Amino acid sequence: MIEVSHISKRFGHRLVLENVSFYVEKGEILGFLGPNGAGKTTTMRILTGFLPPNSGTVRIGGYDIQKEPLKVKRLLGYLPEHNPLYTEMTVRDYLFFVAETKGVERSKRKTQVNETIERCGLREVASRLIGHLSKGYRQRIGMAQALIGDPEVLILDEPTIGLDPKQILEIRQLIKELAGKKTIILSTHILPEVSMTCTRALIINKGRVVAEDALDNLTYTRGVSISVRANPQTLLSTLNSIDGVKSVAIEDEKEGIVRASIETGQEVRAKIAYNIIQNGWELFEMTPLRASLEESFVRLVTEEEGQ
Amino acid sequence: MKNIYFLAKKELKIYFYSPIAYSVAFMFLLIAGYFFYSDVLYFSLISLQARSGFMGLDITDWVIRPLLGNMSVVLLLILPLLTMRLFAEERRQGSLELLLTYPLRDIELVLGKFFGCLAVYVLMLAFTLPYPIILYLLGRTDISPFFTGYLGIFLMGSAFIALGLFISSLTESQIVAAVITFGLSLLFWIINWATHFVGPPLSKILEAISIITHFEDFMKGIIDTAHIIFYLSFISLSLFLTLRVLESRRIRG
Repeated sequence: MIEVSHISKRFGHRLVLENVSFYVEKGEILGFLGPNGAGKTTTMRILTGFLPPNSGTVRIGGYDIQKEPLKVKRLLGYLPEHNPLYTEMTVRDYLFFVAETKGVERSKRKTQVNETIERCGLREVASRLIGHLSKGYRQRIGMAQALIGDPEVLILDEPTIGLDPKQILEIRQLIKELAGKKTIILSTHILPEVSMTCTRALIINKGRVVAEDALDNLTYTRGVSISVRANPQTLLSTLNSIDGVKSVAIEDEKEGIVRASIETGQEVRAKIAYNIIQNGWELFEMTPLRASLEESFVRLVTEEEGQ
Repeated sequence: MKNIYFLAKKELKIYFYSPIAYSVAFMFLLIAGYFFYSDVLYFSLISLQARSGFMGLDITDWVIRPLLGNMSVVLLLILPLLTMRLFAEERRQGSLELLLTYPLRDIELVLGKFFGCLAVYVLMLAFTLPYPIILYLLGRTDISPFFTGYLGIFLMGSAFIALGLFISSLTESQIVAAVITFGLSLLFWIINWATHFVGPPLSKILEAISIITHFEDFMKGIIDTAHIIFYLSFISLSLFLTLRVLESRRIRG
C-alpha cells in the first residue's frame, strides 16, 4: 500500500533523511519509532506530500505522490504532530468542512460526520467551539478529522502525546479498532504504544532506518527465569550441563528458594524443566525473559551511535 | 470550483465565530457613519448660506466624493486587520500543513481565502447602503455617482485584500502581515504625490500605479475600463504571487 524507496531529505546542509526505504502492506499497522529528532516527522510530511524529498519516490496505493498528489491525498488521513485545529469553529462545523474539502459526496456528508462524531466519542461536545475543549477532546477531533473521507491510509504523528493515561488508552483503543481495515503508520517515541497496537515496527535514528521487523522478532526471547527450591551449587552445575544454555546467574536465594536467570541460545525450556523435576526439586516459577522493545531499541540506537 | 466555495465558507465562519469581523465592521461603520453625518450637515449648512448668490453647489462634490474618499482612507487602515490572519495564522498554528494534505489545489486555497475575506468586505460595504438611500429620500437628487463610487471602492478594497493575502502568505506573524500590508497600501496610495517633482516618464508611471488616481474617476461618476483593468491586474498579480509563495514553501519545506 505504501512504498517508500530511497528517500533523502536535506534542509540546507543538514541531512535529515538518508536513503530511507520501507513498505507497509495493506491493513498493517506500522510503528514508526525513533528518538526525538530522528526524522520521523519529516518522513511523515514527505508521505503526506507536504514536503517533497530531495531524492527517492513515495508511492501510496500505486500513485506517485510527486506526480499525482491529488489522487494520493484522497487516500490519506493525517494527524500532524501538534494537531492543528481551527479553534474558532465548532466541532461539527469543522468536521463538516473537512468532509467538504476531502470531497465526501454531498449526500453522505452528514451521515459520515455523525458517524465519525460517534466513533470518536465527540457527541456531547459536537456543537461546542474547539477552542473551549480539553486536550483529550482536541486529540479525538484530530483523529476524527483524519478518519473523515474514509481514507485507506492513516498517518498518525504521535497521536497520544500530552494526554493523560485514560485518554491514551482511548486513543489506542480507537487505533486498535481500525486494525485490519486501514493501513496505518503510527509514529511515536513511546515504546509500549507500539507493542500494544502495532504489528511491525520500523526504527529510525539520525535519518536512517536501523531496524525494520515484525514486533515478535524485535522482542525476541533471550532466556528464562526460574525459581526453584534447591541447592544453588548443584543447580548451577546441573543447568550448565544442559545443551543450549549459555550462562546461568543466581539472582538471589530466600528461604531455600533460588531465583536464577538463564541465557539460552535456543529453545531449551522443556529440557530445563525436565532436569529440575528429575532432580526432585520444586519448581515454583518459570518465565521467559524477553528482550523488551525498549532494550532492542536502546541496543539498536546505541549500536548505531558507536559506529 | 466547489472547493473554493467550501474554503471561502470556512473563512467566513471563522471571521464570524470570532470577534474579528464584528470589531472591524463595527469600527468601519462607526467612522463611516460619522463622516456621512458630518458631510451631510456641512452640506446643508453651506447650502443655507449660499442660497443668496453662489450657485453650483453640488451634492456629488460636497457629500458623495468626500464621503467615499474618507471611507477609502478608513478601509486603508482596517482592511489589513482583516487580511492579516489569512495565511499567517494558519502557518503559525500549523493548520496549513494539514490543509495542504487535503485533496485541494493551491489555487483553490488562494481563491477560497480571497473570496472568503472579500465576502466580509462586501457585507461591510452593504451596511453603508442606507447612506445613498437616505440622501435620495431627503434630497431627491442625482445620486448615481454613489453607484460608480461603490464599484470603485469595491475594486479598491479587493485590491487591498489581494495585497494583504499575499503579504500574509509571507509571514507567520499577523502583526508583521498587518504592518507591511498597511505600509504597502499606503505607499501605493500616495505614490502619485511624487509626480509633482519627478519629470516624465517616471511621473507617468507613478501616476499609473497609484491606487488612488484610478479611484478618482469612479467618485465623479465615471466608469473607465482602464481603471477596472488596473484593479483587476493588481488583484491578479497579488493572487499569482501568493500562489508562488505557497508553491515555494512546499519546495523549500
